[in-house]
Amino acid sequence: MTVGSAVLSILVFPGFLFLVAFGLAGEFVDRKLYARLQNRQGPPWYQPLADFLKLLGKENVIPEDADRPIFRLAPVFALAATIAAILYIPLWSTTSVLPFEGDLIVVLYLLVIPTVAFFLGGWTSRSVFATIGAFRAITQVFAYEIPLFVALLAPALLANTWSISGIAAYYGSHPWMWLVNLLGFGVALVSLLGKLEKVPFDTPEAETEIVAGSFTEYSGRRLAFFRLAIDCEAIVGASLVAAVFLPFGLGLPPVLGILVYLAKVLLILGTLALLRTLFARLRIDQMVHFCWSVVAPIAFLQILINLVVRELI
Amino acid sequence: MPDKKRTVRVPIGPQHPALKEPESFMVDLQGEKISSVALRLGYNHRGIEKGCEERTYMQDLYLVERVCGICSHSHATAFIQAVEEIAGLEIPRRAKYIRTLIAELERVHSHLLWLGVAGHEIGFDTLLMYSWRDRELVMDLFAELTGNRVNYAMNTLGGVRRDIAAEQFPHIQKIVDTLEERTKYYIELAMTEETLAQRLSGVGYLSKEDAVRLGAVGPTSRASGADRDTRRDDPYAAYDELDFKVITDDRCDVLGRAVVRLGELMQSYSMIRQILKQMPEGPITVKAPLKIPAGEAVSRYEAPRGEDVHYVRANGTDKPERVKVRAPTLANTQSVAKMLEDGYLADLPIVVAAIDPCFSCTDRTIAVQGNGDSKTMGWEELVQYGVRWYRDRGVDPSRIKVRGDESA
Repeated sequence: MTVGSAVLSILVFPGFLFLVAFGLAGEFVDRKLYARLQNRQGPPWYQPLADFLKLLGKENVIPEDADRPIFRLAPVFALAATIAAILYIPLWSTTSVLPFEGDLIVVLYLLVIPTVAFFLGGWTSRSVFATIGAFRAITQVFAYEIPLFVALLAPALLANTWSISGIAAYYGSHPWMWLVNLLGFGVALVSLLGKLEKVPFDTPEAETEIVAGSFTEYSGRRLAFFRLAIDCEAIVGASLVAAVFLPFGLGLPPVLGILVYLAKVLLILGTLALLRTLFARLRIDQMVHFCWSVVAPIAFLQILINLVVRELI
Repeated sequence: MPDKKRTVRVPIGPQHPALKEPESFMVDLQGEKISSVALRLGYNHRGIEKGCEERTYMQDLYLVERVCGICSHSHATAFIQAVEEIAGLEIPRRAKYIRTLIAELERVHSHLLWLGVAGHEIGFDTLLMYSWRDRELVMDLFAELTGNRVNYAMNTLGGVRRDIAAEQFPHIQKIVDTLEERTKYYIELAMTEETLAQRLSGVGYLSKEDAVRLGAVGPTSRASGADRDTRRDDPYAAYDELDFKVITDDRCDVLGRAVVRLGELMQSYSMIRQILKQMPEGPITVKAPLKIPAGEAVSRYEAPRGEDVHYVRANGTDKPERVKVRAPTLANTQSVAKMLEDGYLADLPIVVAAIDPCFSCTDRTIAVQGNGDSKTMGWEELVQYGVRWYRDRGVDPSRIKVRGDESA
């Protein structure tokens, strides 16, 4: 890969520009669908962009007691980590921009960074609401992150590779094997809800209890970038789940392939919007209990199934 | 054992997204658990009782209607019933039925509003959107029947202001049918939806003994098994001619309060149907004097949030000498502190919301006499105090003209 094409991949496609545009579009789909499911009109298509631009123009306030460098850098870290992650995920072909053996672990690691950034941002802003929100965010990580790791490990076991591109290639050549991983797909969707802090797992930013959680003291440009990071995280998370659990239609000609990819991501975003319409917010103890007593065992069951299937083949 | 160092003090209010009105809950947290709550009211005192003394009875009627935006008819009816009792007025039966119809429609819109707020407090916005969508039907019906969506101004001294035509009955009937179907769906939802049950069941426990001891009223007390309802115990308007059940529940938690309110909705629909069927013919007002003879009366009224009490003392003029309003929320605030004991921070919004609070309606001032600390200020003195207060803080009020100080 030449320097020119690398810069192009990082800044334009599938990096920064593409991800931001897709992220804002994804937020629109989520909000519109959520609204229609609740019998509301919902926002126009440009609303997420308008919100972003409006926030950019707003005043930046940093609390007096805040740890300024970390408070400033947290949104940047969150956004940078999500953009870095997309470079390792195959979108519509069986290879990503920078595939290597072990990129699955790197992507999972990169996708934890936004949550850590939320924690650090909330923790350093010293507001009592932000502190509680930060604590809840970090408590949740331990509840959903391990089921997610285990759920993604299962297809990798079957494909016998630690590379997402390798997984995609394996399922590309064994077309119906992805049906084995359906349990894991469910676990991944639930974990994604937790990662994106959406109902029923939105305790870290529960409006009626702790105002906006970690983001309470954020305003203006930094809040805009935090929100953008969440939008991008939704796309990256959905792309990862799509690449691992819905590995069909890869390697189609470019235009058709892109359409299939977009359809898969929108399907996942739509499912998430549907799920958050259906439930009330769980308390943090209920959330942890649910993840450890229901989600994690299912994830381990998936591992067991895949180990058995691997022996049978 | 409480550890001082690990206690976090969280200020919920006076400004907070969970609260629609200003009140303050100073919460001490041990982790996610509440160790103590300090409650403070009084951020929105409006001086309505004093205002009533300066206005005529007819003007007061519109003023007390604005004590609360949700139970506006409740306050207006409670007040006018007291005045009518002093004046010895017996209002026509048709007026009684129309008052009851509006009262029950108000209960429907209030309980649907509560259901939505409760949904929002536990992060279930879909419930909020659904129940408020359905509530619009009642609001539009109010606009059609009374001319206003809130503050209907239906009451007048000696009856009601507007008649309801027989041609409007089928429309009311149709809306009630639709709402009944929706309410059945919500009841099913409350009973079967898993996350809803997890968030409501066992939360904000208030035993029957505590409910009675702390003087809880309305759905809050009925959900703790205390069987009290002014409509049945001390009937007013047309309630003695209607057939209805007082809904109680012995869950004693937030789920119980939801179940009671949903059950009351079903009773309200049945009552509205009975009213439409039994509505007597006749006039809607009797002639009422402008000056009310000296006397005093207490009027009780079962508002959607609980028992509303109005006291009026007349002195023979066209203005009352004293008006006292006891909004239902005042009776229920004591029990909130009890319900929050050993609860989670996450449950605070829903526990507070479960009494259907209306804090601005509740705020009164009390001057404690006889301990030497309190003193009375006249208007002049109050103006001087205000001027001094601002001057001490560097604001020059000399260019501001105030009433009673025209020379400045």
